[in-house]
Amino acid sequence: MAMSANIMNASQQPLLRAQGLNIEIAGRHVLEQIDLDLMRGEIVTIVGPNGSGKSTLLRALIGAIEPTSGHVRQASGLRIGYVPQRLHIDPTLPLTVRRFFNLPGRHSRQAIDDALARAGIEGRGETPMTGLSGGQFQRALMARALLDNPDVLMLDEASQGLDQTGTADFYRQIEEVRNTVGCAVLMVSHDLHVVMRAADRVICLNHHICCQGLPEAVSAAPEYRALFGSVDEEALALFRHDPHHHPHGGHEHHGAEFHQTEHDDAQ
Amino acid sequence: MLNDFMIRALFAGLGVVLAAAPLGCFVVWRRMAFFGAATAHAAVLGVALSLAMSISVFVGVLAISLLMAIMVTLLSNRGYAMDTLLGVMAHASLAFGLVAVSFVTDVRIDLMAYLFGDILAVGRSDLAIIWGGAGLVLLLTMWRWQALLLSTVSEDLAYAQGVNPQREALILTLSLAIVVAVAIKVVGVLLIAALLIIPAAAARLISRTPERMALGAAAIGAFSVAAGLWGSWHLDTPTGPTIVCAAAILFALLSVIARPLSARFAR
Ligand SMILES: Nc1ncnc2c1ncn2[C@@H]1O[C@H](COP(=O)(O)OP(=O)(O)OP(=O)(O)O)[C@@H](O)[C@H]1O
Ligand SMILES: [Mg+2]
Repeated sequence: MAMSANIMNASQQPLLRAQGLNIEIAGRHVLEQIDLDLMRGEIVTIVGPNGSGKSTLLRALIGAIEPTSGHVRQASGLRIGYVPQRLHIDPTLPLTVRRFFNLPGRHSRQAIDDALARAGIEGRGETPMTGLSGGQFQRALMARALLDNPDVLMLDEASQGLDQTGTADFYRQIEEVRNTVGCAVLMVSHDLHVVMRAADRVICLNHHICCQGLPEAVSAAPEYRALFGSVDEEALALFRHDPHHHPHGGHEHHGAEFHQTEHDDAQ
Repeated sequence: MLNDFMIRALFAGLGVVLAAAPLGCFVVWRRMAFFGAATAHAAVLGVALSLAMSISVFVGVLAISLLMAIMVTLLSNRGYAMDTLLGVMAHASLAFGLVAVSFVTDVRIDLMAYLFGDILAVGRSDLAIIWGGAGLVLLLTMWRWQALLLSTVSEDLAYAQGVNPQREALILTLSLAIVVAVAIKVVGVLLIAALLIIPAAAARLISRTPERMALGAAAIGAFSVAAGLWGSWHLDTPTGPTIVCAAAILFALLSVIARPLSARFAR
């Protein structure tokens, strides 16, 4: 945390800035008045229900969707590592993993082999992309996104379908690049309790930004609770669970106390 | 001893298939087969126009094909169902073209020559135009190769890495119009799409990377031209269709051979 704070202070200019972003698709407001700054070295997680516009926001930030109004500004020469939520590669296109990694910039054989090894798919360079399993495919996408030393990593549910070690590696890699390279990470995730642990800032999105801030603050905010309330009780309990505070807490007692703390936090 | 016109025919055919090879790969990968056919069919309208205005057939066809390609692209961006739309436009333009040609009464033209090509009648100036156009298309696709490929894999990945897939699509559209304009003399409007798709589809069976598929398509196309010329000379058959037949036979042979072959490689 101290490390990331330093990096953040070092450069005041945001890597990426969205101002007053509005996006209409087929006459429906998908995104309304989005203001967003992404600073070097921070991990920002977007949470929100299905169809709330998370992927649309990411695609607008990379320039794939022209906003109806408002604008997106990228720092000049910004390198983005993007992992889309879905990627379909047509089976008529013969594309090995290595060839895919060499798009659009070329990389040395060694660099790609190393990236594959780090991603846990060692020796898969000559495998066609269509021949990878779902989880291997996600690992390959992530490895490719990291290959260019990006300034910003944009991950749209990039940990979907990963096994346990894969998920652990995934979050370790994110921490690592943030700490060593100092790149910013903007990710979409439905894995609420991991989000609450790994993020510096959480944005709760439901077509507009409902609330944002430190994970603790967001999880206590009424807007967030309105969206995730009942589903999230357990995740929150896991996150908040601190054995020192209630070592012998019985079930009913525990619940009551929990509510009490929650109430205090909100104020 | 080969006749002079046979040599010219050979070179005309080679020019077309060399340009058609990489372009045909993109047509296959991007599922633009019908798009290619529609653009080619519109060329008949271009023929009628050039005869009526007594301008070069090459220029008239290029203009109309380009117009058609751009119109279809714009309409499809508006969300019309692509295959139905292309079906309507391809056959409508073919029909209007045929009707329009019949209005040009003062010029007696052999409609068959435009529908099925007249490769044996290729003159020196035709050869210059064919190789000029083919060279331009080859240069364009080679220059933009990486960006075209990335845009084909995923438009979003392209945007994220600073490649504008719409610009790349425009380059393909332009190349397609040029190929149609130069190929009309060789195989005629009805079979241009075949020359784009069949060599690429055949090469897919034996390729592991996009580059090999493009090279394979060029080789298969070149062989088909030679075999088609030879066949039509000996069997006294129409040359353009014979070339396409040769390509189709190659495709069939490769699909029989390639399956056990690829199975052996996979082991
Ligand atoms: N190409 C499109 N055409 C029409 N509507 C679209 C398109 N893309 C997105 N939408 C609409 O925009 C809204 C937001 O979609 P988006 O994919 O951004 O949601 P999301 O938050 O990423 O959802 P999920 O959690 O399911 O991935 C949805 O209501 C969707 O129907
Ligand atoms: Mg999404």
